Amino acid sequence: MTELIKHSAATLAAMLAAKDVSAVEVTQAHLDRIAAVDGDADRGVHAFLHVNTDEALAVAADVDGRRARGGADAEDLHEMAGVPIAVKDLIVTVGQPTTAGSRILQGWHSPYDATVVKKLRTARMPILGKTNLDEFAMGSSTEHSAYGPTRNPWDLDRIPGGSGGGSAAAVAAFEAPLALGTDTGGSIRQPGAVTGTVGVKPTYGGVSRYGAIAMASSLDQIGPVSRTVLDAALLHELIGGHDPHDSTSLTDPSTGLVAAARTGNVQGLRIGVVKELGGEGYQAGVLARFNESLDLLRDAGAEIVEVSCPNFVYALGAYYLIMPSEASSNLAKFDGVRFGLRTLPKDGPMTIERVMASTRAAGFGDEVKRRIILGTYALSAGYYDAYYGSAQKVRTLIQRDFDAAFTQADVLISPTSPTTAFRLGEKLDDPLAMYLNDVATIPANMAGVPGLSIPGGLADEDGLPVGIQLLAPAREDARLYRVGAVLEGLLEESWGGPILNMAPELVATQTMEAK
Amino acid sequence: MTDATLSFDVAMEKFDPVLGFEVHVELNTATKMFSSAPNVFGDEPNTNVNEVDLGLPGVLPVVNRKAVESSIKIGLALNCKIAESCTFARKHYFYPDTPKNFQTSQYDDPIAYDGHLDVVLSDGSIFRVEIERAHMEEDAGKLTHMGGATGRIQGADFSLVDYNRAGVPLVEIVTKPIEGAGSRAPELAKAYVAAVREIVKNLGVSDAKMERGNVRCDANVSLRPYGQEKFGTRSETKNVNSLRAVENAVRFEIQRHAAVLDSGNTIVQETRHWHEDTKSTTSGRPKSDADDYRYFPEPDLLPILATPAWVESLRAELPEPPAARRKRLQADWGYTDLEFRDVVNAGVMDEIEETVAAGASAAVARKWWMGEIARRAKLADVDPVGLGVTPAVVVELDALIRSGAINDKLAREVLDGVLAGEGAPAEVVQTRGLAVVSDDGALQSAIDTALAAQPEVADKIRAGKIQAVGAIVGGVMKVTKGQADAGRVRELILKTLGVEA
Repeated sequence: MTELIKHSAATLAAMLAAKDVSAVEVTQAHLDRIAAVDGDADRGVHAFLHVNTDEALAVAADVDGRRARGGADAEDLHEMAGVPIAVKDLIVTVGQPTTAGSRILQGWHSPYDATVVKKLRTARMPILGKTNLDEFAMGSSTEHSAYGPTRNPWDLDRIPGGSGGGSAAAVAAFEAPLALGTDTGGSIRQPGAVTGTVGVKPTYGGVSRYGAIAMASSLDQIGPVSRTVLDAALLHELIGGHDPHDSTSLTDPSTGLVAAARTGNVQGLRIGVVKELGGEGYQAGVLARFNESLDLLRDAGAEIVEVSCPNFVYALGAYYLIMPSEASSNLAKFDGVRFGLRTLPKDGPMTIERVMASTRAAGFGDEVKRRIILGTYALSAGYYDAYYGSAQKVRTLIQRDFDAAFTQADVLISPTSPTTAFRLGEKLDDPLAMYLNDVATIPANMAGVPGLSIPGGLADEDGLPVGIQLLAPAREDARLYRVGAVLEGLLEESWGGPILNMAPELVATQTMEAK
Repeated sequence: MTDATLSFDVAMEKFDPVLGFEVHVELNTATKMFSSAPNVFGDEPNTNVNEVDLGLPGVLPVVNRKAVESSIKIGLALNCKIAESCTFARKHYFYPDTPKNFQTSQYDDPIAYDGHLDVVLSDGSIFRVEIERAHMEEDAGKLTHMGGATGRIQGADFSLVDYNRAGVPLVEIVTKPIEGAGSRAPELAKAYVAAVREIVKNLGVSDAKMERGNVRCDANVSLRPYGQEKFGTRSETKNVNSLRAVENAVRFEIQRHAAVLDSGNTIVQETRHWHEDTKSTTSGRPKSDADDYRYFPEPDLLPILATPAWVESLRAELPEPPAARRKRLQADWGYTDLEFRDVVNAGVMDEIEETVAAGASAAVARKWWMGEIARRAKLADVDPVGLGVTPAVVVELDALIRSGAINDKLAREVLDGVLAGEGAPAEVVQTRGLAVVSDDGALQSAIDTALAAQPEVADKIRAGKIQAVGAIVGGVMKVTKGQADAGRVRELILKTLGVEA
């Protein structure tokens, strides 16, 4: 494995600026890594659904050309120019297919770029390709992708988390230094936790959602996936900001993220342990690593306090009403009329209703259908108040819990996920067990507050990564980076290097049997 | 098959009608309700669309501020309260004219509510219609069903969809149930829609052309026995697209309901389609109050906050209200109350205003719009404005008459040509060769012939009975096929006979 791919995005950016390496070399190194370890649905990591070789190399060559010419061409380059990135296949891109992990969008090409993709292009970051996900981001294991699961680089028999398992696994497997994810209930943070990577869900509205295929509009948020806290901050600042195409995007987004990541400091900071996010249901090894992190932060000068958020226990239930309700509405447009798959009924009359029905029957997978049915039911007349209405009240209560907690603590802390990566197939037939993976990440989406997951070490019982979650008040994303950078530094000191140094070497897929 | 009906008079003897209207007004904003695509009528199908209008994956709506302002103005003009904060909601139903398979509309908090509109009936009396709400929403695309005999989806081989209209801003104005109209219900229906149309046109927020669907009316009708408080079961006749059709549809539905109820049967709650050709409605789809559109608040949009300062600044921009305008126009034009009321009822007030503005006298404008044009409209069974005559045509016809190029009779022929698409009046005069015969020589021989044919009349005239000259003029006009200037003919006859007029 060439050392180039082991560098962080920040290091690569510095090397590119110093002309120690060319963008084409960096991009090619990652494309080579993808070719070596990514494999396909049957073997390898399978983080990518599409590899964007030609365009990525062309963008890299353009960056190199500008640097070579010097003058304004070079000076105007963004500091991240030439640093390659992977994009979750829920985010639309001109020139590459966008499938949302669904059969219903197989072969569909968007005629427009998502706002975040436009920003990547403006910064001249080569897009390596599109990463795998649970269909329409519905899942916690990436097993619900219509194109086969992504496998965890720590153990190819295990799940990489979800829905953004592809982005997390790509970064963990050194196939990309950075990736974009989307987080509706934990889809950036939980994959980060189980793959030993960093993932951030920004404050709701901090990053434009325009061009991210919506699952639950009031919960979805695009965010960075990386191997270091600083890299996440660099990408977060790049993609953030107000977008006139997204009415819910904030006009005054968080700033100072990179600065916070560079000057991490927890001296005198109050860090609140959320009583309800721990204990029963959490793996022993997860709790052990979590407590070690608390000790490190305390030793670094932070004040560790316990806070209670009593309504968090209702968050999962309320989430599974609001999310499917919005999803059932957002997914109504997938009907075979204007784009994507169209399946004709096998027999009987060829009415529009029947064409729509057979298209949706053939195009959607079971988990998507399950949520559409749940949401349709929850929004139905006569049930709306009891289900959607009550869930919205719970949401308000969760927001109040956060408000109260943030009067006692500057940031909150918890394990990101109750367990380490489970085995592929283990929870596929048990939706409720699958949903419990997100119990600690969902409250942040329900309240719109930002959350960050960083690696907290390996669980003793299985040697797999554990995630530590930090939560901050809305618009205070910088606090996550400030604390995250400190904890990351202390942990890496204790491990003697980045956590991924402890991951097993991946074998080239050419030498592997199909799984 | 046409449904059985009772005569209107019998229906009115037995039943008390209750009406309700939902009028959709298309706003004439430059762009659509939630996208930056142009809001233009009549372009090539599917050209005024972008990814938002097509509901492509990943798109988000953004509210058109101008459309909100227009909606507030409509609310103010309808004497409504304006909500300080209101939200959009998604109304779900699967249909291919609705790209997202939900319509972004408003549900329980419309931007305007609790208003009223005073409608002037043909006898000059005023009927107050209470407005329940006016809310913002987006229009659907337009489906064209191909291959069937009826143009409806039933029996069609395939359907074409044009999304140019998808996302066009709409304001839906909903009345409270209208009771007490009695036998004037059809007239009130027409007058109400005309009043709404007049308001939105006057505000400049809509092109207000019913024939283009800028103003569309759904008319709810129910009947109940006199003295009964509870409303009867209603039908909703959809998309009635002219003032006359509104009147006729309400009249028909009253007669149909009456026949059903009178025979002891019950009305099915359903939508109805209006058919201009048969002047009747047919059954649409069943519509129950429990239709489940699974409304929920649109999560992609923020609430609309109408601050008092904003609302007041919009109120200050409101033009002269239609009632005040009518008063002013009547005074300017010097019409009697009866004349003016007829003009209003014929729906040609705007046209007369434009005709006068373009240079014709108020008397001439009225003569045309209430005379020849109204007569032809009645024959063609359309509204006078729907005939296709523009104020410019009237002004040109009038100028041609005043210059002596044509007379009234020829002007009617010229109008035939204009309506047949032969061009502007002057062109029609040219191509049809309709100019008056002003060659005295040609006229003289016709006069000599006419005098010779009726010597006894000639004698009477010579004896001083000048009014008898009309018979000779008639003869001359017959010979010249009407293409003579009657005034000139009269002069020449008297001159020939040596009589002083």
